[in-house]
Amino acid sequence: MVELTSREDTHRRMLRARDEMDRRYAEPLDVPTLARIAHLSASQFGRVFKEVYGETPHRYLQRRRVERAMTLLRQTDRPVTDVAWDVGFASLGTFSRTFSNVVGCSPTEFRARHLPVAVPSCFIATWTRPRQSGGTVVSEKRDGADAD
Amino acid sequence: MTSNHITSLHIRSVPVLDQDEALDFYTTHLGFEIRDDIDLGFMRWLTIGVPGQDSSLLLELVGGPQHDEATAAQVRELVTKGALGGLFLVSSDVHATYAALRDAGVEITQEPVTQPYGTDFGIRDPFGNLIRINQFNDATPAEVEAGYDAARA
Repeated sequence: MVELTSREDTHRRMLRARDEMDRRYAEPLDVPTLARIAHLSASQFGRVFKEVYGETPHRYLQRRRVERAMTLLRQTDRPVTDVAWDVGFASLGTFSRTFSNVVGCSPTEFRARHLPVAVPSCFIATWTRPRQSGGTVVSEKRDGADAD
Repeated sequence: MTSNHITSLHIRSVPVLDQDEALDFYTTHLGFEIRDDIDLGFMRWLTIGVPGQDSSLLLELVGGPQHDEATAAQVRELVTKGALGGLFLVSSDVHATYAALRDAGVEITQEPVTQPYGTDFGIRDPFGNLIRINQFNDATPAEVEAGYDAARA
């Protein structure tokens, strides 16, 4: 087994927690759950996540959910309300505010402008993920992972 | 326009933090075979490949002389935080592959998902490199496009 430096080991553990957010983005994830995966206390988790990935877990989860919403809007005809719920938002209002804030247009406008694309879904996910610098954080009451 | 006479992709380097651990992972869990394992003195030239396929992966230890210590440390950090590229593999039975890797305790990043082009899932190697494994369906490119269109219809 390779010997990792303390910093590398921290990265590896935070990556596992981030992968869990990627996988369970639609669930009400809470910080203690993610912190356990990273072998950190809940109070340490948000700070260390931001040190490693440059944003809070809450913001990362927001961008992950918005990215998934963008895909569903582009590739399905599901109503916007259903899309909001599918990706983990508890209210249409919060979803619309967050989406507009991050993407720069409303979910309905986004759907009208974008067509499905035929490339592997993980690349779509990676390359359509809103950038960290986009918009400002919008509060999401249902999120547990909001240890800013 | 010139083709530059290039005919194939031969070797692709994968950054690893321990070559023995990498070799064990890629051969035991993913079925790769050793192509070359040569001690060159200044480096261990370790390549692997999928049986029956020509192209190889070079399991390249991060920290060779091409990097100074600070750069090597940066690359190791990028690998462990999942910031470097990844591999795309093809399986003839994606659900069986998934079950075997899951049962072996391999890190799963995404369970199998049905796509217009097939079914795929994601894992990480021991160091953080992302690997996607896909089983293509029989759809033509036009049918894949139609699949995306149908999802919106």
